[in-house]
Amino acid sequence: MSTVSDAEPVGRRRLIGRPSTWITWAVVAFFFINLAGVVGSVVVKSFSTQWFGTWWPAGFTTQYWSEAWHEFDLSQVLIVTLEASLAVVVIAAVIGVPAAYALARRRFPLKRLVMLVFLLPVMVPPIAYGIPLATVLYKYNLANSLTGVILANLVPSVPFVVLTMTPFIEQIDPKIEAAARMCGATTRSVFLRILLPLLVPGVLAAAVLVLVRTVGMFELTYLTAGTDSQTLVVALYNAYYGAGIRAPQSTDAMAVLYMVTMLVLLVIALRFVNPTQLVTRVADDRDSNA
Amino acid sequence: MTPVTSPAPTVQRPAGTGRPALSHRLAERGIDRTLLLLLPGLVFLIVLFIYPFLYGLGLSFQPPHSSDALYNYKKFFSDPYQRDTIWITLKIGLPAALINVLAAVPIAYRLRGRVRGKRLLTTALVIPITLGTVLTAIGMIEYFGGTGWLNKILIALGVTDVDHPVPLLHNYWGVMLSLLVSGFPFAFLLTLSYLSGIDPSLESAAATLGAGWWQRFREVVFPLLAPGLAMTFCLNFVLAFSVFPSAVLLGDPERSTHVISIAAYDAAYQEYDYSKASAIAMVMAAVMLIVISVVLFARGRLYRGSSGGKG
Repeated sequence: MSTVSDAEPVGRRRLIGRPSTWITWAVVAFFFINLAGVVGSVVVKSFSTQWFGTWWPAGFTTQYWSEAWHEFDLSQVLIVTLEASLAVVVIAAVIGVPAAYALARRRFPLKRLVMLVFLLPVMVPPIAYGIPLATVLYKYNLANSLTGVILANLVPSVPFVVLTMTPFIEQIDPKIEAAARMCGATTRSVFLRILLPLLVPGVLAAAVLVLVRTVGMFELTYLTAGTDSQTLVVALYNAYYGAGIRAPQSTDAMAVLYMVTMLVLLVIALRFVNPTQLVTRVADDRDSNA
Repeated sequence: MTPVTSPAPTVQRPAGTGRPALSHRLAERGIDRTLLLLLPGLVFLIVLFIYPFLYGLGLSFQPPHSSDALYNYKKFFSDPYQRDTIWITLKIGLPAALINVLAAVPIAYRLRGRVRGKRLLTTALVIPITLGTVLTAIGMIEYFGGTGWLNKILIALGVTDVDHPVPLLHNYWGVMLSLLVSGFPFAFLLTLSYLSGIDPSLESAAATLGAGWWQRFREVVFPLLAPGLAMTFCLNFVLAFSVFPSAVLLGDPERSTHVISIAAYDAAYQEYDYSKASAIAMVMAAVMLIVISVVLFARGRLYRGSSGGKG
């Protein structure tokens, strides 16, 4: 990346011409103005006393925030969200990192097939496999519970950890492990004293990405959650879907709570990863030093 | 975790006493105890991904009230209300994915080098993705509504009047806009990362040889970017094809945005007919696979060279 930009003299940009620059930034600005409108409407409404047909609400209050907290039992919802996503992160890391190690270090017959198995759940959209998955979970009485939510969310998370960690482990030089063994280290101490410290940054990045994805995962949680195992995003959807008698401000307050949760997670995530990594499924080592 | 050393069978054998030990021969092909580390992950996915999928496939051929194995599929394709969900979904998903990719290319191309504010822009674009479809839908209900800010602005600008706000909710456009809001940043960031994978010296070389910016884009950058764009389109299409929360909250879920995921959901959770729901989920997966394989087949015919980014 660093050599990339050196090759782009300022003169190049002038060739593209002024109008295209203006159009580009205008499109980007248009997108963000509308995005700000979308997000801003919810935030303003959640604090408003009454807002109908005017540019700005008549007054501001935090009354609906406390109403929302009790009405939707948000402390329970937040606890469930926290439990489910932490369980998913830990289990996905415990299952996924060893598999990534094997995939990064070994070539073996059928490796492509194994890679395909790990790739599919990330490629196929949740709702397509979520329905058969939920059916199976209901059959074994695992759905409608926190267990079901955790199991369902692990399905895309385990492959995600594998796909993020494999390139990360590939760039750890295997000679370090070999050297440790030459010096008489046991498997245990190679793992604990050589591999683990080297793995920590990669595992943290993968974990925080899984956390963001799990808290934001609507479909799989929606299909498997019971009334007392809803995560925040599912509770939010249900509140809107069944809207009516409640003051709209309290559902908006919940929406803002969800928004704040996600943004906090995003800020944490961006300390560990590049923005593009939140999108692309596989860590891009080319961009990581940008 | 026993890499590198497998000390046991390397001892010299007397000539003619047959082949080395099985474990040694396997290790030569890369099969040793390290592969056991794969087992938990593989078993997990077989149990919770492959098995449910096959179970759903089997279930879809076992309709509860009929002995005809293909009953669910026949019913789906003979009932226009059900069958049309495919077209409705394609009609939303294909244009949405196409618009997102087409809008992302010029903007990403402009920003491929070192541009001021690039990090800020990419970070800001992650926000709608992080917020997710549910929150986007909720915000759009407020913002695009008849008394929302957007219509207020349009009325103030004289585009429309108070009695005829621009209808952007509970129809096709609401769903389409929500797919643009969540899909565009996704397409942009992917395209940007593909673009930064293209060696800029190729473009410099073309410039040295006298190519203008359009010629450079069309003959150097675009061919190298095309495989990545195909992938971006596919991933965007997959997202758009499985649109669910926004189709319910922003669309007209009974009619014009009765997408296939709503049909599958209703079959499972309104009618409790898991057999029918599985059949619809299978149709959904099949249609998606067809579109993706068409795109990827076309992509296979494109140039895939060493400098083509992560094609």
